Amino acid sequence: MNRFFGFVKKEFQHIFRDKRTLLILFGLPIVMIVLFGYVVTTEISDVEVGIWDRSMDQTSIQATQKIFSSGYFVPAGYLEREEEIGELFHSGNAKVVVVFEAGFEKNLKRDNRASIRLITDASDANSAQLAQTYLQGVLMSYFQSINQDVRLPWTVNVESRMYYNEELKGVYMFVPGLMALILMLISALMTSVTITREKEFGTMELLLASPLKPREIILGKVTPYVFLSFVNALTIILLGFLVFKVPVVGSIWLLLLVCMLYITLALSLGVLISTSAKTQQVAMFMSLLGLMLPTILLSGFIFPIDNMPRILQWLTHIMPPRWFIVIVKNIMLKGTGLAHIWKESLILLGMTLFFILAAVKRFNIRLK
Amino acid sequence: MTGANGHIIEVKDLVKKFGSFVANDRLTFHVEKGEIFGFLGANGAGKTTAMRILCGLSYPSSGDIMVAGHDVYNEREKIKRKIGYMSQKFSLYDDLSVSENIRLYAGIYGLGRKQIASREDQLLERLGLTNIRKRLIREIPLGWKQKLAFSVAIFHKPAIVFLDEPTGGVDPITRRQFWEMIHDATLEGITVFVTTHYMDEAEYCDRVSIMVEGRIEALDTPAGLKQSYESKNMNEVFLKLART
Repeated sequence: MNRFFGFVKKEFQHIFRDKRTLLILFGLPIVMIVLFGYVVTTEISDVEVGIWDRSMDQTSIQATQKIFSSGYFVPAGYLEREEEIGELFHSGNAKVVVVFEAGFEKNLKRDNRASIRLITDASDANSAQLAQTYLQGVLMSYFQSINQDVRLPWTVNVESRMYYNEELKGVYMFVPGLMALILMLISALMTSVTITREKEFGTMELLLASPLKPREIILGKVTPYVFLSFVNALTIILLGFLVFKVPVVGSIWLLLLVCMLYITLALSLGVLISTSAKTQQVAMFMSLLGLMLPTILLSGFIFPIDNMPRILQWLTHIMPPRWFIVIVKNIMLKGTGLAHIWKESLILLGMTLFFILAAVKRFNIRLK
Repeated sequence: MTGANGHIIEVKDLVKKFGSFVANDRLTFHVEKGEIFGFLGANGAGKTTAMRILCGLSYPSSGDIMVAGHDVYNEREKIKRKIGYMSQKFSLYDDLSVSENIRLYAGIYGLGRKQIASREDQLLERLGLTNIRKRLIREIPLGWKQKLAFSVAIFHKPAIVFLDEPTGGVDPITRRQFWEMIHDATLEGITVFVTTHYMDEAEYCDRVSIMVEGRIEALDTPAGLKQSYESKNMNEVFLKLART
């Protein structure tokens, strides 16, 4: 047993003496969560809106007030002529112009319908789309509050995720996704690189010729990363909570347990990669291309799975992060217990066992 | 520790195939306890393959092989406890200190803490490295590293030490000193099994085998080989063998 601890100690020394490793281990998660949290967000704030109120009645004025008190929009000017719309967009002072038709309130009362035009500067299509959606949301809720019978002449598309994220916090979505990404990156990439390093430097031969058993070598290499990945999982949850106020509604213990399962899975993937990679560089590329990209693209982290072509949708089923993200979202945001996530957890467990078996098998073949 | 006839390594009809390629073709030889056994051959002759099998790093395709009294098929774990190994690539960790490297390997071979401490002091004293024990390996010169690597490989007093081209890329003076250390090790009863392609080094061996294309073409003392091949030095012997 001493033999094993001596080996694990050496592994920690490798990690703590290499500044680059340390930076990736502890700097990366923090930078990523802050970046994703603040920059890459689907939230909008302070979007400039111009108003052309051709009616100037009580309802249209109140609706305008509603828009600016929502917190997402600031006034960019009140227009009086149609040409001014183009001028406003041209000067870059507004992203959206809201036009109330003439006789707005009167039409509403008489026909139960009135129209509002939303004109958007779509040169930045994404934020235009977002601003429009938000505006519709704000107007819808206002008109529903004053008159249940009012039908609005626009279709409202409300993203389903708002259901559990009523304040429209984009960050909520990113925390589970980032956890999937960072844990995969740290666990799989770092282990595959560290094992390949021993092969590249020839020290692996030496260890294999020693009384250490192959499984002790692998376990010894992996142990520090289990520990460090776990610290990372805690860091992300804590940062999410302290900086972005993302709550953990469900059981924190269950959440940590699932994280451990996912870490184990990622580590066995790392070992698997190291059995076929000859150099650290190859291991790094395999991890980045084989694990990072699918984690970002095919896990539902950024792009909704429902919008993908059928073939890609099928492909997502074999992506471990996909299941992990579902579980984490359920526990963190909805507070569900094991009863609702056992299926996904079982899939993850099955994948973990599969990868461990595959890694052990490949490692043994390599010895022969 | 030795086999029935006092041989520490006994190899009979060792064959190793990779697919249809025969890397080792019916090797038969033995190594006596306490000798320096040189295992020579051109690159690709099959030296490293055979040595890896003896160290328990890979399985033979067939043949009877005993190392330190144990069978390589079923008792690899026991063999590994009794051997030391130094490979042609560097075998110390660059980012650990001199002392940490020693302790790591000593620990892996199951030495106790007190035993490690006293042997470490002795070793550093002998190598003149006491002052730099805390220095990282990457900061010390190649020659010192090489000597330290050898000392680490025999730190646990193995029955046999396997050296795979241990003097590659080292200057002649350090090589000379290195061979003195090898000689000293045999005085402690350690058997040395060494591969090299420096023919002058073959002269330091008690017995030498020369491999050509997977087979052992000659095996004798350096003097015996020079006589039977009518050569002035081992280099000539080697060239004559390789040409045939």
